[in-house]
Amino acid sequence: MSTDVKIPQADTQAHSTNGKGVKLPIYMDNHATTPMDPRVLEEMLPYFMEKFGNAASRNHSFGWAAEEGVETARERIAKLVGATTKEIIFTSGATESDNLAIKGVAEMYREKGNHIITAVTEHKAVLDTCKRLEKYGYRVTYMPVQKDGLVDLDDLKRAMDDKTILVTIMYANNEIGVIQPVVEIGKLCHERGVIFHTDATQAIGKVPVDVVKQNIDLASISGHKMYGPKGVGALYVRRKNPRVQLSAIIDGGGHERGMRSGTLNVPGIVGLGKACAIAQEEMPQESCRLAGLRNRLRDRIMGRLDEVYINGSMDHRLPGNLNISFAYVEGESLLMGINDIAVSSGSACTSATLEPSYVLKALGTGDDLAHSSIRFGIGRFNTEAEVDYVADRVIETVERLRELSPLYEMAKEGINLKDVKWAGEAH
Amino acid sequence: MSYSDKVIDHYNHPRNVGSMDKSSTDVGTGLVGAPECGDVMKLQIKVNPQTNVIEDAKFKTFGCGSAIASSSLATEWVKGKTVDEALAIKNMDIVKELSLPPVKIHCSVLAEDAIRAAIGDWKKKQETGKPVAAEAK
Repeated sequence: MSTDVKIPQADTQAHSTNGKGVKLPIYMDNHATTPMDPRVLEEMLPYFMEKFGNAASRNHSFGWAAEEGVETARERIAKLVGATTKEIIFTSGATESDNLAIKGVAEMYREKGNHIITAVTEHKAVLDTCKRLEKYGYRVTYMPVQKDGLVDLDDLKRAMDDKTILVTIMYANNEIGVIQPVVEIGKLCHERGVIFHTDATQAIGKVPVDVVKQNIDLASISGHKMYGPKGVGALYVRRKNPRVQLSAIIDGGGHERGMRSGTLNVPGIVGLGKACAIAQEEMPQESCRLAGLRNRLRDRIMGRLDEVYINGSMDHRLPGNLNISFAYVEGESLLMGINDIAVSSGSACTSATLEPSYVLKALGTGDDLAHSSIRFGIGRFNTEAEVDYVADRVIETVERLRELSPLYEMAKEGINLKDVKWAGEAH
Repeated sequence: MSYSDKVIDHYNHPRNVGSMDKSSTDVGTGLVGAPECGDVMKLQIKVNPQTNVIEDAKFKTFGCGSAIASSSLATEWVKGKTVDEALAIKNMDIVKELSLPPVKIHCSVLAEDAIRAAIGDWKKKQETGKPVAAEAK
């Protein structure tokens, strides 16, 4: 590599360290985005300057070099999910992939039917795309989920009718990490000739995904959720048994077999490919390590605090995810108390809409506990020392805020908070 | 969301945290908000019956940093004021003092509500608490 660029470490720009050698702040929000793996950046760098060609330029070596990088990436992605290279379409990210999958199927199969099935806990990239289609005359069923976050397969069976063209259910949820029964969902779809799309953004690179064995027809993939770059993603589009066709939503030069026009983001694609290759190589050890860290965090917190509730199934869950509600403590104030740790909350105060997490509400978690929830996303670069530090900080902050909480005081006095007539309830 | 230094200071060092005996005739208790809405404030005042001066104030709050700061500030402000002076505190004064952003104005409204509710509770006690009135039922 002749580019003289110093590759920084992928840790999160340490500002200080505590006595135990933990660098602060700690990044533990790996469902929002992941730091890029330095090996990914290294692979990308030549494609910014030396190999800057347009992958669609067929007549000179600049184009060929870029194309070679893209095709290597395509092979790596295909291999990770059990697909063939012709089934991988590059996009700008999972939001675009979701849009392309859903709108592309809706338009292409309009003659066949106008009914789409999804679930209430989907990412907004899926929900809002479905909502838009409703304006154009499509019928959408938003399935509820069970208490543990899983869809009920009988509900799905009942929801399908002869106008159903698409089922779109995410592989793993971005808030609670709950993994849906994709194999069974795909089977139900195939038995009825319905196309199955899954937003696999949080799952790919974290848990084994095999589109053939798991009956998946369309799968959305994102670079920056798996230690790759932002602004790049892919859509797996099945080519046989059944062959899935899509109408493009971006028209132009006919790139990506006409399904997604636009000059390819070569460095990004190369980075995504490398991220997939690393994931393929390291997933078995990494998922085991992350599950161990996650369970350590859970056990430490639950060992020292009472009235702490885990949101979503622990059995069907991404290894690095922990979503907990701390009763009587409001999420945003908790985040403020652990401000040297980057995590997320389902509290209304942290959302743009001032509504608590719709995902937690869908599980039947009361609004009060949704306001009290914290999502921990443990990733590749987190250490055991960090987990211990986070657990200690969370515990001490929850204890402090509970001393400040009138709800905790009332509960300790034996008052059932559900029986209280709250002045603000009409809001 | 970035907080003003004053909000952070109240959050890290809340003033007048605690509880007073809510059955005492000198104590007024205001409990406002709802857990479902993510904000509950309990504000208590202890009033000198001779002078109507608020001699002590305590609070406990379930809510975001701005809610905690608004109620902490409210207890600071009502202390030493007469009941009527305390009623003149407006939520916008709290917004100004803490530099609350527009999405946090409801926290200041809740703090004003809490002051009014505490004073209202105290006033009610003064009426019903009168020995004659109590005997007359």
